[in-house]
Amino acid sequence: MLIRRPPGIPTSQITDERLFWNRRQWLASVGLGMAGIASLPRLVEAQDSLKPTAEDLIISYNNFYELGLDKSDPKENAHFLKPRPWSIAVEGDVKQPAVYDVEGLFKGLKPEERVYRHRCVEGWSMVAPWLGYPLRDVIKRLEPGSKAKYVEFYTLLDPKQMPGQRRGVLDWPYIEGLRMDEAMHPLTLLTVGLYGKVLPNQNGAPVRLIVPWKYGFKGIKSIVKIRFVEKQPVNTWKVAAPNEYGFYANVNPTVDHPRWSQARERPLGQFTKIPTLMFNGYADQVASMYSGMDLRANY
Amino acid sequence: MTEAQFLRRLVKPLLWIAGLAPLAYQIWAFQTGHLEAEPVKGMEHFTGRTAIIILFIALAVTPFRRFTGINGAIKVRRLIGLFAFFYALIHFSIFLVFDLELSFGDLVTEVIKRPWITVGFAALLIQAVLAITSPQPILRWLGGKRWQFIHRGVYLAAILGIVHFIWSQKKDISLPLQYAAVLAVLLGLRLVPRRRGA
Repeated sequence: MLIRRPPGIPTSQITDERLFWNRRQWLASVGLGMAGIASLPRLVEAQDSLKPTAEDLIISYNNFYELGLDKSDPKENAHFLKPRPWSIAVEGDVKQPAVYDVEGLFKGLKPEERVYRHRCVEGWSMVAPWLGYPLRDVIKRLEPGSKAKYVEFYTLLDPKQMPGQRRGVLDWPYIEGLRMDEAMHPLTLLTVGLYGKVLPNQNGAPVRLIVPWKYGFKGIKSIVKIRFVEKQPVNTWKVAAPNEYGFYANVNPTVDHPRWSQARERPLGQFTKIPTLMFNGYADQVASMYSGMDLRANY
Repeated sequence: MTEAQFLRRLVKPLLWIAGLAPLAYQIWAFQTGHLEAEPVKGMEHFTGRTAIIILFIALAVTPFRRFTGINGAIKVRRLIGLFAFFYALIHFSIFLVFDLELSFGDLVTEVIKRPWITVGFAALLIQAVLAITSPQPILRWLGGKRWQFIHRGVYLAAILGIVHFIWSQKKDISLPLQYAAVLAVLLGLRLVPRRRGA
């Protein structure tokens, strides 16, 4: 895979950071002009205006109970997890059921960098430059059948690699799921990297889900099984506290968590809050999937 | 050194240092960037736990006195109790300033709407009453019996504080349960029957 190691880019070719942050001005100054930029796809435009959270924060503040309950535990316990070799079982109503090697699953696909907002259901947020493959590209080549209405994901179950699983805090293994249209949405990413490097273990190596318009707990980590199923999967946090966490978990500032308001969020490392955006700022791209649905009941 | 001198010159200064140490630590962490990635949450947890621990120390004074016979211990109970209230007040102030962004309308909504905040706020109000009625002149004005009745509210405040701690947790409640166990021991010691003539 392309990104297994940090690429050996000569320093002469790395963009000066000041130039990078001011790239619009630079583009304008070299004659491309704002008209040219405006014609870029909306997705690219949206992610260009986001400034990523410091890498140090993203890799040291993790909700990954399999590697410990405190936010600092996953980084400390990261060495227990062995993300290579890694296989992923594909099951259910699909033409190509098999156990794939993680590299094999993505063979021939090109990883893409996606700078996404990330909103935790607990009220904190960050912006992360993920590297991954659109889930839809993977699903297309697996050829799901007509009974595949949902996609279900499983995290590795192995208390040796995941010491947190020795305690029954949650029903292990962690399970998450998406409706097929959500899974096929171009924003949905099977993520293998962060900040241009291989995904750190504490962030869910070797492969995790990122669904930027949903609360972070939908982004299941260290995936070992993908099933194509007819019935709505029963996700782990919904089992743990059904009145607090639902299946959809779309970011929604108008629907409170029972214990706190979701109207505002606090970016990591900051003292002040910012408003939370409907569908985490991706409403233009995803709201149509939920039209006519009661988002209060389907939290 | 008489007992009064011992208290004034040694015990009380040490209590002041110990009581202000957690605050000094928070200020140091704030100044030097040693707060965690969610600094506000980190400060809330720290000051909340500190308030409960100091309240436990205040609750330990009476059993300590009874089982060791060191009656002078009663003279530091008020100071310890006031420190517990001090940290509960800081804890609440952080919530008010950084989470509610000084919106008193939101404060009313949160206190009414969220049971875990209701109980925490109730614990704070009880402690406020105890702090206000703690000076000697007010004790004399109220009379010992009435004063003692009011100050039994400390048991309720401690229990509500623990409930607040348990209900604040996302899933794992092992830490607040350890606190609850300590409180159970402190309250249980008060039920040990006194020997006749003791």
